[in-house]
Amino acid sequence: MEGADRMSAPMLDIRGLRLAFGAREVVRGVDIQVERGGFVALMGLSGVGKTSILRAVVALEPFTHGTIVVDGVTLRPGPLPPESRLRDLRRKVGMVFQLHHLFEHLSALDNVTLALVHALGVPRAEAGQRAMKLLDTLAVSPRARALPRELSGGEAQRVAIARALALDPPLLLFDEPTASLDPARRKELGASLAALSRNGRTLLVTTHDVEFARQHAQRVIVMAEGEIVEQGEPREVLGRPQHPASRRLLDAEG
Amino acid sequence: MSLAVLALAAGAIWFVAPARAGWRMDPAQTGAGPAAGTLPVLRWGGDPEGGAPYVEADPDHPSVMRGFDVEVAAAIAQGLGRTPQFIPVSWDSIDQSVRRGDFDIGMSGVEDTPARRARMLETVPYYEFTEVLTVRAADRDRFRTLADLHGRRVGTLGATMAYALLMRRAGVDGITPVSYDDDVHPYQDLQSGRLDAVVLDNIIAARSMRQVPGLDTQPDPLEIGHYVGVLAPGHEALRDRIDRVLLARMKDGTLERIFRRWDVWNDRQAAFETRLVRERASAAVPTGPPAAAAPGLLATVGVFLPALFQAAGITVVISCGSMALAILAGMLIAGGRIYGGRLVRAVLLGYVELMRGTPVLLQLFVIYYGFASFVRLPAFWASLLGLGLNYAAYESEIYRGALEAVPKGQLEAARTLGLTEFQILRLVRGPQAFRLALPPMTNDFVALLKDSSLVSVLTVVELTKQAQIFAANTGSWLLPGLLCGAFYLVLSLPLAHLARRLELRWKAPTA
Repeated sequence: MEGADRMSAPMLDIRGLRLAFGAREVVRGVDIQVERGGFVALMGLSGVGKTSILRAVVALEPFTHGTIVVDGVTLRPGPLPPESRLRDLRRKVGMVFQLHHLFEHLSALDNVTLALVHALGVPRAEAGQRAMKLLDTLAVSPRARALPRELSGGEAQRVAIARALALDPPLLLFDEPTASLDPARRKELGASLAALSRNGRTLLVTTHDVEFARQHAQRVIVMAEGEIVEQGEPREVLGRPQHPASRRLLDAEG
Repeated sequence: MSLAVLALAAGAIWFVAPARAGWRMDPAQTGAGPAAGTLPVLRWGGDPEGGAPYVEADPDHPSVMRGFDVEVAAAIAQGLGRTPQFIPVSWDSIDQSVRRGDFDIGMSGVEDTPARRARMLETVPYYEFTEVLTVRAADRDRFRTLADLHGRRVGTLGATMAYALLMRRAGVDGITPVSYDDDVHPYQDLQSGRLDAVVLDNIIAARSMRQVPGLDTQPDPLEIGHYVGVLAPGHEALRDRIDRVLLARMKDGTLERIFRRWDVWNDRQAAFETRLVRERASAAVPTGPPAAAAPGLLATVGVFLPALFQAAGITVVISCGSMALAILAGMLIAGGRIYGGRLVRAVLLGYVELMRGTPVLLQLFVIYYGFASFVRLPAFWASLLGLGLNYAAYESEIYRGALEAVPKGQLEAARTLGLTEFQILRLVRGPQAFRLALPPMTNDFVALLKDSSLVSVLTVVELTKQAQIFAANTGSWLLPGLLCGAFYLVLSLPLAHLARRLELRWKAPTA
């Protein structure tokens, strides 16, 4: 998977993924391909295995079957490899958690610079400048000195996005980014993600927010009980849902 | 591993059983002496840990006391027409105990000293002893007097005439006095080389030479002293009757028979008794030796204050040193218990349970005396190591709890950012755990400050020990207790204050 081959290959290629918590299999044979620069919404009601898939991609959750290839880096079934063998993966993919998981003891700015300085070895001053620029793009630079517990939900999320973006990974995963946002903030977030996608970043976003997916995603994948039941253009899937699970999703949204 | 340590610990208990400094037993349980019957009782206090030939439990009938002090007390009781009743008491609190009225007379190798004469009532002396210098046999010709021991460590029992003698001579001869809580360990430490000489009563020296091989006692006495009975002030009438009984028993040879039975009779006693009986016969009033004027309270404080300051310094140094060790070792243990493999975790858990589950006093004994056969740590380092390793167990539990309280989500976020496990510990987990751990750590430091008083059993003269010496010299715990407590408060209050402030500042929501 080198050179031209690699450039034409999808950014994320998941095949036959199965993942279990003890005896309970939560992901039951899933294939997902996300092309470079794509913006894919992974949809489904709570508990269908969306988050587990994201966690498997960033090697926080081991899986039992299948393969995950992120821009040429392959993850295989079995126990999680040690961090020392995941360095390539860490450069390829970033993740924004639903609860943000900002470092409580560090200011917003230091949350963003931490990995720049310690994982990439960027000089502190330069890391600070880059972080400030990112916070500025996301319109949270006035809160740079604030501690996470002093930030609103929307501010914390944007700091978390800046933290993931700081390492400039080509693939970015978002877990339920709209869950804690009011409609206005949801719109802003959608615009931010669309801008990222336009600039060539590949996005995989889990959500059960139909409106959000309809407006921003290029492709929608609907899951039910650990399996993919429907996928395609948002207008198609969300306009004329074929599967009962998709219809339930739309009904739930109201 | 832990079995070996336990075995060592058990051995240590067995062989460090202190000779004189003991714990008080419930008089009701000792069942000493015959039933009171119809005769009134003479309650006499002695330290059964004093051992033969003073007072010891009969090996065949452990409830029965024997020794020359026991027999002298019986002779006194008989002369008074009373039945002797034995009250066990720790040797260094005989004065306070008789003053409280726990018994009528204390007799257990009690020394006649100016301070005691000034505060208490003393009987006529019933035995004349000498302070003698004991050295290793190999050093017999090298160390003949204290002057030969310049710059060397000389041990003795704390709060005794011998200790006072060594303190006085420290400035003159340049020796380093080392105070023990019992009279057995000085001789063992002399044999093992921790000390170069021991100064104690000739009876104790003779007994120890039988028990510890390779020692020799110099023939010339350093000082002459007398054993007396001690009574509370206000009991002059009883004291005078006891004096008459003692003098009569000297004249009729009863005391000589007792002392011969216990092999402590010598020419010195014969001359002493003859002299005493003659003096008393001519003296109009049968009182003890002339009482020295008691030094004023302020003067006493003035004498002891510098010593207390120095002792407080030692307390601070030992507390800070062992806390530093406890923090360092505690962090390593906590790290090992969270990040280590199964074997490492099991070993560390065993260590923590062993250290928390056994008394720190026992651990100090094991480190100082138990390990002495292969590593002879100086008392200071043994204290620091003992307290530090003990507290490391507690610190490690604090750190482990604090590390585990840092939300998992943050650690996962740090991993997705490409930080190594060690970087995550250093940059994310550690700093947050530290904030959680600081208040309980300060708490532990205050506890350690006070627990440092335990190291006095390893001959380290720290704050509490110094106050104890002070109390023994002045015969009262009131002033030394207040002063000593004040020192501890001055040391610990700022820490407690710091703990409160940190707790307030970092009482941050962690959700």
